[in-house]
Amino acid sequence: MSTEVRELSYSQAIQEAMAIALEADERVVLMGEDIGVYGGAFQVTGDLIERFGPERVMDTPISELGGAGVAVGAAVTGLRPIFEFQFSDFATLAMEQIVNQAAKMRYMLGGAVSVPVVMRFPAGSGTGAAAQHSQSLEAWLGHVPGLKVIQPATPHDAKGMLLAAVADPDPVMIFEHKLLYKMKGPVPEGHYTVPIGKAAIRRSGTDLTIVATSIMVHKALEAAETLAAEGIDVEVVDLRSIRPMDNATIIASVIKTHRLLCVYEGVKTLGIGAEISAMIAESEAFDRLDAPIVRLGGAETPIPYNPELEKAAVPQVPGIVAAARDLVRGVR
Amino acid sequence: MPVEVILPKVDMDMATGRISKWFFAEGAKVEKGDVLFEIETDKAAMEIDAPASGVLRDITGKEGVDIAVGAAVAWIYREGEAHGTAGAPALAEIAQPAQAAPTEAEPADALPGAPPASAATVPACCGDVRATPLARRIAREAGLDLASIAGSGPHGRILERDVTAAKLASALVPQTSVPTPAAPAAAKPASAPLAAGPSDEQVKKLFAPGSYEEIRHDGMRKTIARRLTEAKQTIPHFYVTLDCELDALLELRAELNAAAPEKDGKPAYKLSVNDMVIKALALALRAVPDANVSWTDGAMLKHKHADVGVAVSIPGGLITPIVRDACHKTLSQISNEMKDFAARAKARKLKPEEYQGGTTAVSNLGMFGIKDFAAVINPPHATILAVGAGEQRAVVKGGQLAVATVMSVTLSTDHRAVDGALGAELLQAFKGYIEKPMAMLV
Amino acid sequence: MTAPATTSATADSTNLPFLYRHYPREDLLGALRRMHLIRRFEEAAEESYMRGLIHGTMHLSIGQEASAVGICLPLVREDQITSTHRGHGHCIAKGADVSRMFAEFFGKTTGYCGGRGGSMHIADVSTGNLGANGIVGGGIPIAVGAALTAKRLRTGKVAVSFFGDGANNEGAFHEALNMASIWKLPVVFVCENNGYGMSTSTERSTAVPNIADRAAAYAMPGVIVDGNDLSAVAQASHEAVERARRGEGPSLIECKTYRHRGHSKSDRNRYRTKDEIDDWMANRDPIARFEAQLTELGIAGPAEIEAVRQAVRAEIDAGIEFAKASPAPATADLADYVYTEQQ
Repeated sequence: MSTEVRELSYSQAIQEAMAIALEADERVVLMGEDIGVYGGAFQVTGDLIERFGPERVMDTPISELGGAGVAVGAAVTGLRPIFEFQFSDFATLAMEQIVNQAAKMRYMLGGAVSVPVVMRFPAGSGTGAAAQHSQSLEAWLGHVPGLKVIQPATPHDAKGMLLAAVADPDPVMIFEHKLLYKMKGPVPEGHYTVPIGKAAIRRSGTDLTIVATSIMVHKALEAAETLAAEGIDVEVVDLRSIRPMDNATIIASVIKTHRLLCVYEGVKTLGIGAEISAMIAESEAFDRLDAPIVRLGGAETPIPYNPELEKAAVPQVPGIVAAARDLVRGVR
Repeated sequence: MPVEVILPKVDMDMATGRISKWFFAEGAKVEKGDVLFEIETDKAAMEIDAPASGVLRDITGKEGVDIAVGAAVAWIYREGEAHGTAGAPALAEIAQPAQAAPTEAEPADALPGAPPASAATVPACCGDVRATPLARRIAREAGLDLASIAGSGPHGRILERDVTAAKLASALVPQTSVPTPAAPAAAKPASAPLAAGPSDEQVKKLFAPGSYEEIRHDGMRKTIARRLTEAKQTIPHFYVTLDCELDALLELRAELNAAAPEKDGKPAYKLSVNDMVIKALALALRAVPDANVSWTDGAMLKHKHADVGVAVSIPGGLITPIVRDACHKTLSQISNEMKDFAARAKARKLKPEEYQGGTTAVSNLGMFGIKDFAAVINPPHATILAVGAGEQRAVVKGGQLAVATVMSVTLSTDHRAVDGALGAELLQAFKGYIEKPMAMLV
Repeated sequence: MTAPATTSATADSTNLPFLYRHYPREDLLGALRRMHLIRRFEEAAEESYMRGLIHGTMHLSIGQEASAVGICLPLVREDQITSTHRGHGHCIAKGADVSRMFAEFFGKTTGYCGGRGGSMHIADVSTGNLGANGIVGGGIPIAVGAALTAKRLRTGKVAVSFFGDGANNEGAFHEALNMASIWKLPVVFVCENNGYGMSTSTERSTAVPNIADRAAAYAMPGVIVDGNDLSAVAQASHEAVERARRGEGPSLIECKTYRHRGHSKSDRNRYRTKDEIDDWMANRDPIARFEAQLTELGIAGPAEIEAVRQAVRAEIDAGIEFAKASPAPATADLADYVYTEQQ
């Protein structure tokens, strides 16, 4: 196995992971709408159908509920399906199978089965696709015991976490921010996995911990550069996995920095930041806090169409910089 | 039952308030409606009336500290009513055991008209003080009373930096006993050593409203004020001044700096005159060990190392990191240590062990062109050296007028510990190292 | 395109029903035993429920035993089924052990689901039952997934999805039937039409007269059988299962049947008449009809039938004793089975 590191885009990294999985294990099948000759709505499956044929790269009818259920049934009985939702918003059509069946089957049956299904959800705003094609619903699924929910933020993690998901005996939901698909980054060749349930410290710092998810990791890193010029030293934690959540890494970071800012694109209220905040308040990091915990999340609105409104609906770099600055200076 | 006197809310967004002045002392008879005390708010002073008639006792609300709105600050007893049990035990539940001290308050009762100073060692209340969890933890661990600390955060919230500053202050206060976590009360700063000056209101009345901006004191400013007042009031200062010729030192400094090896494309060190002053003072203390002392009431502490504190100006105040055992450090070590101290001092990231203690100090205002000044001793030190600017002056050498670079230095000594002649001896030794600087290299 | 829904009850030239031509005597007695086992199991479960030994609720299939047993007759152990909230019969028909079913109902560790599932999620994966389902129509796409696995991995297995008449108006039903058809998957859809989705009759809820009529929309055979006639059910199942094994794709079987009990334990039967219930119980009871045929055809006499009943009673009594004696799960083990690797 080569360890040479090339640059791949996030979507190429996912495609490579799926190709490796298909190559390595005949039980792996891809399912989804228009993932065959069309190559997927975001060209993530690309030309995999030419390499692996329509029996393993299966176009499904526009039947999210039924399709998800078929993937669940196939997983329970021996296949390793990777099911692509065309947009994460369409998870709403399949909630029954995801929440009532995939997540609970093992438990309801007292451990008699496992449900090794992988579901991929292109998520997030920024494409002008408006309210029904731009949501970040990861917290919905993160609320369901039995599921694992991950949000890789880099091409490296997109590949490694997908391969970890395929190998995982339990249902893994992968939320991929659509604006990350074209982002390039180093991706090792060959098979490797990135563990599910482990956060990554993307930048080490002493003054403030920013826990960010998905594309917000990159915005937080950009903000951290600006803040560094002002003498504010930010630690950026890439959450990567929202269920299970790597509480230990967050707690250790907050104990070090004494301040916590959560940045995520999903709607702020009752979201991931609420969970992180409450977790910290309950933890040994509580009396290491020297400022209130602050959450920057999506606005309490649907995602609008107008590009300026759309930007205003989710956290952006200047807002992160301002919130971080206020926290560190003790004016918030 | 005695009537509780609370700190009332008198302003809309007021979470804490300060009593600027009590008009009655412990044990005084008060009538309902008498003005008991005055609260200072951002806007004005408010006079607070007695809620009942009787005897004022158990005054727990100290003047000049932040007290949570609604906290009890005193009790009014009916004449003849048994006292000493109403407020204090309730407070003792939240106070450190050693701080409850209700028995200390009783002798004050026995002396009508005595100032309520000892009762003031009981914290008014720390449960309702606005403070971050971290600030609370540090205060708890250090045995500090949050109510005595001013918060610099929004709405007066006490932050870590405020407690750390207060901790520094308490650590630097002369101790007659070693503070331990088991006896936190002993570590508490003496409450109000300030001689009674004009009140805030008296000062403000001298200026037209709106003609000044009022900037509330942060913890560091208060610490500086209290400590320096205390030092100047309790330490008998004595001053000796001397001129030192710097030419040889400047020449050696230039040679040493030119010879500095490269490290990462930069010189490994760049000595300043001050670095050499630090070393010279340390060596002088080694040469005159009787001056390397600290005063305590019971004994003289004669130090085995010369630890030189160096006053570093930072935004909002100053702090004095300590070059430990400077005799045995090379000039480049001292220089690099000082650079690191200065940078971290500005970021307020010095650790307590880096600025607490020391056996002497240097304060250098030469960079501002100050010719000569006298510094205030920073206890537990017995000396401090005030360093002026090195400047070319006309000097007389062997009857001839000549030009030399001259630096005036003034040594302040604690006369209890370092007498005049001893101070002069120390300063002579210092001058010897400055004028024959090669001796610092051996 | 396929023919419209037909009835498979047409007798062949010998005039002997399919069941008796196709299965040996011991299989027929085995089928009778299973029907009795289902009936007695549910009666005993109901009794235990009323005694407070079982909590929650349960949905009894008493009166529908011929459907469960007839559909499972042509299946082998490796074939897989998905079941419904009214799923005790399917579980027993597929070969489950009533002791472990009782243990599950009693919430014990020895139950099929370790006490986590109860009546509504009863399953025995070892005999191919992927589980009863609390969501109407929830198991239908899962059965299609099982069929996809069978086809992809060439295991030769057939998947059967049981569901009720109510499920035919769920989106999952339509999506699943469509996918099974376009991919020609080895799956048999079995609608047990007992006339009511809870209280709402099929006439009031469904636009077509027969659920099997839906098959035409998905280009698969749709067969209506008398669900209380074991032979008719077994014959329809046999044909559909064989077609699936041959790789010709899915079929839809509609078993017209009736539940003697209410929808669940809270049902007050306000939507149907006592006469209707009495008629089905007195005149169309599937067990009575099967026993009459066995006697009529000289396959089993009253003594042999009584021996079957006795054996079933003993098995049920032993099952309840086993369940009562089994240990309850420790609350400390609450989170067992949420994930394969414990978090």
